[in-house]
Amino acid sequence: MYGMKIDNHPKLDRLLLPEYSNFHPLRKGFKFEGDSVDDMNRTWEIEREADQKVSSTVLEHHRRDYFVNMGPQHPSTHGVLRLLLHMDGETILEIDPVIGYAHRADEKMGENGNYMQFYPYPSRVDYLAGMIYNWGYVGTVERAIGIEITERAQYIRVIVSELQRLASHLMWYGAFLMDVGSFTPFLYCFQDREEILDMFEMCDGSRLTYNYFRFGGQERDLSPEMLDRARKFIPMMKSHLKDYEKLVQKNIIFRKRTEGVGVITKDMAIQYGVTGASLRASGFAYDVRKSEPYGIYNQFEWDVPTATTGDAYGRFAVRVQEMWQSLRILEQALTRIPEGPYNNPAAPKRFKPNPGEFYFCVESPRGEMGIYLISDGTENPYRIKMRTPCYSNLQVIKDVGRKNFLADVVCILGSLDIVVPDVDR
Amino acid sequence: MINIAIQILIWAVGIIAVVTVNALALVYLERKVSAHIQCRLGPMQVGFHGLLQTVADAVKLVSKEQIIPKNADKVLFILAPILAFFPVIVLFVVMPFAPNLICRDLNIGVLYVFSFASLEVIAIFMAGWSSNNKYSLLGAMRSVAQVVSYEVPLLLAVLAVVLVIGSLKMSEVVQYQHKIWMIFLQPAAFLIFMMGGLADTNRSPFDIPEAESELIAGFHTEYSGMRFALFFLSEYSNVFLVSCIATALFLGGWYGPFVNGIHWFVIKVYALVFVMMWVRWTLPRLRPDQLMNFCWKILTPIAILNLLVTGVVLKLVH
Repeated sequence: MYGMKIDNHPKLDRLLLPEYSNFHPLRKGFKFEGDSVDDMNRTWEIEREADQKVSSTVLEHHRRDYFVNMGPQHPSTHGVLRLLLHMDGETILEIDPVIGYAHRADEKMGENGNYMQFYPYPSRVDYLAGMIYNWGYVGTVERAIGIEITERAQYIRVIVSELQRLASHLMWYGAFLMDVGSFTPFLYCFQDREEILDMFEMCDGSRLTYNYFRFGGQERDLSPEMLDRARKFIPMMKSHLKDYEKLVQKNIIFRKRTEGVGVITKDMAIQYGVTGASLRASGFAYDVRKSEPYGIYNQFEWDVPTATTGDAYGRFAVRVQEMWQSLRILEQALTRIPEGPYNNPAAPKRFKPNPGEFYFCVESPRGEMGIYLISDGTENPYRIKMRTPCYSNLQVIKDVGRKNFLADVVCILGSLDIVVPDVDR
Repeated sequence: MINIAIQILIWAVGIIAVVTVNALALVYLERKVSAHIQCRLGPMQVGFHGLLQTVADAVKLVSKEQIIPKNADKVLFILAPILAFFPVIVLFVVMPFAPNLICRDLNIGVLYVFSFASLEVIAIFMAGWSSNNKYSLLGAMRSVAQVVSYEVPLLLAVLAVVLVIGSLKMSEVVQYQHKIWMIFLQPAAFLIFMMGGLADTNRSPFDIPEAESELIAGFHTEYSGMRFALFFLSEYSNVFLVSCIATALFLGGWYGPFVNGIHWFVIKVYALVFVMMWVRWTLPRLRPDQLMNFCWKILTPIAILNLLVTGVVLKLVH
């Protein structure tokens, strides 16, 4: 995006933009007009020609190994992710993730508008954790302008975030089992997720990409009906989770498919910057909510679940435990939520934060999600950098997936819980 | 002479009609069973409780364009679905639906069934190879490995049954069971047969040749329209046929309480089909290497042991 040259890099190519493009949109001098439009049009042509050359050369070889393009349209890459697999029979020799198919220039859009105008975008980056990403952005700006958040809004934030975490984990639960080959749990999980989405509809109006957080508070109050529904939801979810455990975690085929598959060691996870459940499954109890508490998370009683194995089953077990912990936090938050204003009327609509650099991170269902904001003292952000967890988590598949079977790669990818727009931003 | 010709014609028309109608019924049944297992309703709009949904889908498939990929091997590509469908029809010839409802009661009936059933794998490999698609080829490779391997325990299990009965004729096999069903004499053989049958028909948890999450649709990824429908039809007919064979060999065919006849055969077959669907929508999928290990290290030794014990016991009894 900047056109940085790195010495001794083994494979230096464009990450998010097409490989043959010669423009650098995040540079301040970049203007999308005139020459750059022509450049972009030319890019596709050059790429097409190059692709044709490659395909004609590959056909001439007659070798034992071969390449498979898994994606960008493939049922188990969960979006437009492309894995270039170098295979020998069913065994993977090398994996090369190719990203950028869902690149939507979210960071650039942040620079183009003022602070208010970036509200709706974060929830579209990871569409399964919209509420939490909302908090990530709003929290950063709140830190920059130093505004106070009302007590009730703090509770509302925790409630919607934990509900969102449950919804995201439920979606992942079903999708992961579908990768392993059983279709039925997907629909059971969707039924529970539907309940959560209905609740979100009651508090925000939308079901997937929310715009609920405001600087200093919320867009509107949580209705008593919604809170009642959430209180009823907790015991139901608990009994369902127990059922799922009996049906899935005790199934021998599922255990055989996941145990010992895709082991991420602790060192490897730290080196790659893996966060979230994938890191905790390797035995490192790092959770932003505990280690760097934001909001009022330090007022609740809950644990950080970990596993020691680091395999796909470990990641599965950790996520299931996280669902239990989320329910625990929800229970406490729902009993303690105070009355009061849901937003801070003193919050300014237009403002100019002091020049400086601000970082705020939240624990998304997939790991540490942080926004790094540079303000130059104007109404628009100078730079918004999103530290999205999937981007770092995906890299690890290069090391972990090697020397595995094709079926295992699907299982590992599922257990890492990748959301493609979160990778590509 | 003319009589025989008319007889053959009636049987041919009858078999094709049964195959098609039965496949439609099975597709409907699978949709409804899977839907209710997954707390859904399934098709509800077309006809009463969606009864005509599969008919509508069949019409859609027939009227669809036939796409042949540019780099495909055209002859094999066109031939494969026909070849996949052929054994299905041939197998119906010896199915003992009722005492006087067998098209040809060959005296090598059981042998005939299994020799034609194993032809299916050639068609699958043809389809995978000719599509010129890596996923198809992988699916076909897996399928060949799986079907050929699972045929070993399957045939060993059937051999034990044949040893007890002492005949390969389908009608005699069923008649032998008028007092006690074979499942009570050979429970291990029945279980092995059902597992091998699931693997042979590429049904979950042995559905690795068309593992959706890995290979998209396996060997029939590139097929569309009626050619795809033929694969679909043969898959469902195979499920039906495996249940038919299991009923004839193990569950006493047309025998049952009260009145013997075709209704008992049909009830038993559909019960087995239901069990196979139930398994499919409940269990995850095995990995190819685990599948092979299971076949060669667990099923085959048990099948051989079963055959050995059967032989020894028979020798002692006589």
